[in-house]
Amino acid sequence: MITAFRIILLASLVICAIGTAIVKKPMHAIIIYMAYSVIMSIIWVLLESPDLAITEAAVGAGVTGILFFLTLHRINLIDKDAEHDSRKEDEGEGESDHAR
Amino acid sequence: MRDKPMIDPEFSSIWTLWKNGQIDLTTPLRSPGHQPLQALKEVEKYRPRHSWEAYSQYVRKSTLLYKIAATILCCIFITLMLLTVANLPRYGDPNAPTINEVSERYIEEGTEETGAVNTVAGMILDYRAFDTLGESFVLFTAVCSVAVLMNLSGKRQHIKHTKELINYADDMIVRGVCRLLVPVILLFGIYILLNGHLSPGGGFSGGAVLGAGLIIYSMVWGEEKASRVFPAKLVRLVVFCSLAFYCLAKSYSFYTGANHLPFLIPEGAPGHILSGGLIMPLNVAVGFVVCFTMYSFYMFFRRGRL
Repeated sequence: MITAFRIILLASLVICAIGTAIVKKPMHAIIIYMAYSVIMSIIWVLLESPDLAITEAAVGAGVTGILFFLTLHRINLIDKDAEHDSRKEDEGEGESDHAR
Repeated sequence: MRDKPMIDPEFSSIWTLWKNGQIDLTTPLRSPGHQPLQALKEVEKYRPRHSWEAYSQYVRKSTLLYKIAATILCCIFITLMLLTVANLPRYGDPNAPTINEVSERYIEEGTEETGAVNTVAGMILDYRAFDTLGESFVLFTAVCSVAVLMNLSGKRQHIKHTKELINYADDMIVRGVCRLLVPVILLFGIYILLNGHLSPGGGFSGGAVLGAGLIIYSMVWGEEKASRVFPAKLVRLVVFCSLAFYCLAKSYSFYTGANHLPFLIPEGAPGHILSGGLIMPLNVAVGFVVCFTMYSFYMFFRRGRL
């Protein structure tokens, strides 16, 4: 049971790592990176280092993501209006060109 | 005189002609009101010295070469990393080179020597306290550099950030959930901070949780209110006091430890909250530094100042 759980965790870790590298839009890359941090913190708990798990969950999944989002806002890689428009339209096709 | 000759349709047709070698630039061009000749002279400055076909072929070749080289380098790197992982000792292997007399000493006599039940806290704040001091100063230096880059001091202190950012407090779900969660997050951070010598946690983890709580607080209640609660002076004072306290306390501890002078700070009974000698105050100091570092990063990026 625990072995299967570990295999699932490691596989999704690798998938998240590759996804962060190959996804085109920076916004999506950051979200996948935050998912990577959450999986990594669970793996730290399994490796018996809860100290690192707490830090990874707070820093990797929380603060780093917020700082990245703010930076993307500042350098206009997330457009506020385009994001609102895409929220109104369909979920799949709505994300037009807001991350050029 | 047009401002942007590049989008002139007449110009683009001339550009095509010139690219194909059908005209040369000395041909007098009749164009009332336009001056494509001037624009073409501008273009001539950036013309590649060889022909167009050779140039595009060169670009294609070098792009291909770049892709091949990048792929080969990536493959070599991945192979090296996977080989390293395959040759690592198994998890929990007693014959691994990392299990030596150093870690034995930490585990067997750590609680007795430092007074901390959590061996990790004893390690990073007693045996290796100097490393932790360096890490705290790294964070402090990072905040200083951001402040310098944001031009905090000097004449242009009040640069207006005209760009409108998303106001998170407008969203009802974010507002409601965060108002419920902020006290719990802050309380959990304080617990991790104060209990760092007894249970997993410590300065860095607790400070990170506290910093995240403060960031959520300033997201929901607004930066203005947050900067009134934690003004720049208070942040500076707290960070300075924490670092100075850390320096003084560890200097005292190193001095008395190295010279067999009497150590005045009682260690207390292991397992109690008031135990571990200097470890709990040092945890709190490191926690303050980490917490206000993250908070200042957020405020600098969001507002341009604290």
